Amino acid sequence: MLVPTLLELGTEEQKQRWIAPTLRGEVIWCQGYSEPGAGSDLASLKTSAVIDGDDYVINGQKIWTSTAKDAHMIFCLVRTEPEAKKHQGISYLIFSMDTPGIEVRPLVDMTGTAGFNEVFFTDVRVPRSQIVGKPGEGWMVANATLTHERGMLGNPNQAQERLVAIAELMQEETIDGQRLIDNPIYRDRLVKLQARVYAMQANGLRVTTSRLKRESPGLAGLIVKLQGCELNHQLAALAIDALGELGALYGKSPYLRDGGSWQFRYMFDLGLIIGGGTGQTQKNTIGEPGLGLPREPKPAAV
Amino acid sequence: MEFALSEDQVALQESVRAFLEGSAPLDKVRLAADGDAAVRDEIADGLAELGVPLTLIPEAHGGLGLSLLDAALVQEMLARYVAPAPFTAPAAMAVVGLATAGSAEQQAAWLQRIAAGDARFAVAVSERTGARENAAVHARDGELSGKAMFVLDAGGATHVLAAAGDGRLHVVAAGAPGVAIQSLPTIDRTRDVAEVVFDGAAAEALGEGDAAVVDRVVRVGRVLLAADTLGAAQRMLDDSVAYAKERKQFNRVIGSFQAVKHMCAEMAAEIEPARALVWHAAHAMESDPAEGPLLADLAKAHLAEVGTFVARTATEVHGGMGFTDLLGLHYWFKRIGLNRQLLGSPERVREDAARLQGWVGQHGA
Repeated sequence: MLVPTLLELGTEEQKQRWIAPTLRGEVIWCQGYSEPGAGSDLASLKTSAVIDGDDYVINGQKIWTSTAKDAHMIFCLVRTEPEAKKHQGISYLIFSMDTPGIEVRPLVDMTGTAGFNEVFFTDVRVPRSQIVGKPGEGWMVANATLTHERGMLGNPNQAQERLVAIAELMQEETIDGQRLIDNPIYRDRLVKLQARVYAMQANGLRVTTSRLKRESPGLAGLIVKLQGCELNHQLAALAIDALGELGALYGKSPYLRDGGSWQFRYMFDLGLIIGGGTGQTQKNTIGEPGLGLPREPKPAAV
Repeated sequence: MEFALSEDQVALQESVRAFLEGSAPLDKVRLAADGDAAVRDEIADGLAELGVPLTLIPEAHGGLGLSLLDAALVQEMLARYVAPAPFTAPAAMAVVGLATAGSAEQQAAWLQRIAAGDARFAVAVSERTGARENAAVHARDGELSGKAMFVLDAGGATHVLAAAGDGRLHVVAAGAPGVAIQSLPTIDRTRDVAEVVFDGAAAEALGEGDAAVVDRVVRVGRVLLAADTLGAAQRMLDDSVAYAKERKQFNRVIGSFQAVKHMCAEMAAEIEPARALVWHAAHAMESDPAEGPLLADLAKAHLAEVGTFVARTATEVHGGMGFTDLLGLHYWFKRIGLNRQLLGSPERVREDAARLQGWVGQHGA
């Protein structure tokens, strides 16, 4: 997500320094966008960066930061102009996670693991040269990143892998001596989801073709995150349902099927449905820029 | 690999669209639906001038020699205008059946007559996807007997291409002795569905008999019905979005309410991947013998579900007006509704798809 953003908006020096090592996997990045008070309304973020000499001094908190424990670097949205309108006072900074004043706390989620973190900043000093884009233009830079994220979440290849795994599972597992696939209701659910997987794969090929031709994929691109994450979730749900009581086993239980991964995925998928723009904000994106429907009128200021 | 329409395909769709936009407005569709044969003929003649019935006929027999994807694009456009024009059976299923099962002489004879406009086929294969009311057609000594139901595009057809119990396709003249055609009115009055009773009707059997031919004809029909639903669903979404931008309640256009906006977004989110699936299925039916039939079944069943969802959601977006005859939205609702039932409703088609993959009862209880 960061690499295309740097290619589009980074300085020559930033491109030289970060793109190659990132693509080689030598530099791991995390994304500092969401805050406790700034989720779907991301532009209301409060983490502040105040100029002091050649540095920005950062104070505040980020949340839902995946890989923050392992990341070498962070790309981070901060408020540099508190007096400006909310979308205009934001800047996009990149800095090392080893910078003094950064504290990472793992955030245990419903799966029982910590896939995300909270990141706290106390007087973190970052050179002013480490801004991407101009001061106050961070919202525009962030939107470039989010477009790439929408394309990555909901990847249809993962749905295809799940489909194959479930089809195998349903041909191997038996209940009362009957293969799961011989139950016409589970079988119908499987084929119903198979059609969706094939449709999303074909849609993905169409989107890729558009991008290669440097054309906008339009609606076909905008719907990927919403539909793809939901499809993955429904695939996991079918595996769990077909397994019956075995589908509830988790952790270190004996008789686990596929390592208990279907329950893990079923829950983790909810994080993906909510993260990177909730299903409802995705529908706003499909409805407004996609279909040209008007925005919700702004209520009178409270 | 490129996954997109070619310039020629975009132009083909645009030529059909432009003709229908000018010559088949809803008031004419209403007349045709009420039985005005002159209006039906006028639209059919205009489409014939564009070469629409020639789409799949090989060039050697006077046709355009285009692909099944091209035919699907035409079908999509016909549905966008709920055109009262037979295409699925005469221009696609019959042409594929004749071209696949017929001997060289039969292909030349029949395809050239179709290309010249001297023959138009209805297709009777519905018993293959589920026989009801004791329907069955038997072939013996060059004659057909028995009953075929849900015969597609029967109105105005000169011939019937019928699948019989011998696994072969047979050509019967619609006006021949021993052929009785009775219309079966459905919710969708833009297309004709009929029952055909044969009583010792003279029949010409195609080729030597290959059971896979009838399955192929059915699957070609399924792809085109899926394409028809795609076109109807896209139109219902377009109309919903236009209506939501114009209709005001509480001093706001209703499209600014998330409850309405999200209904539109959900329709778009269902339609876009469905479009890619229809393209893929139409292409695979000609390029990928292993996957083509499976994709045809998945496309038919999936579009039935997407179409049903869009038809009811679009009607709701239009509020009370969606329920009236005044707006005519129900023509698209009904087109989608008939497509869902024809050549196998979704559960039945998914069972076919499961069978193709060896998922039905091989080692089962």
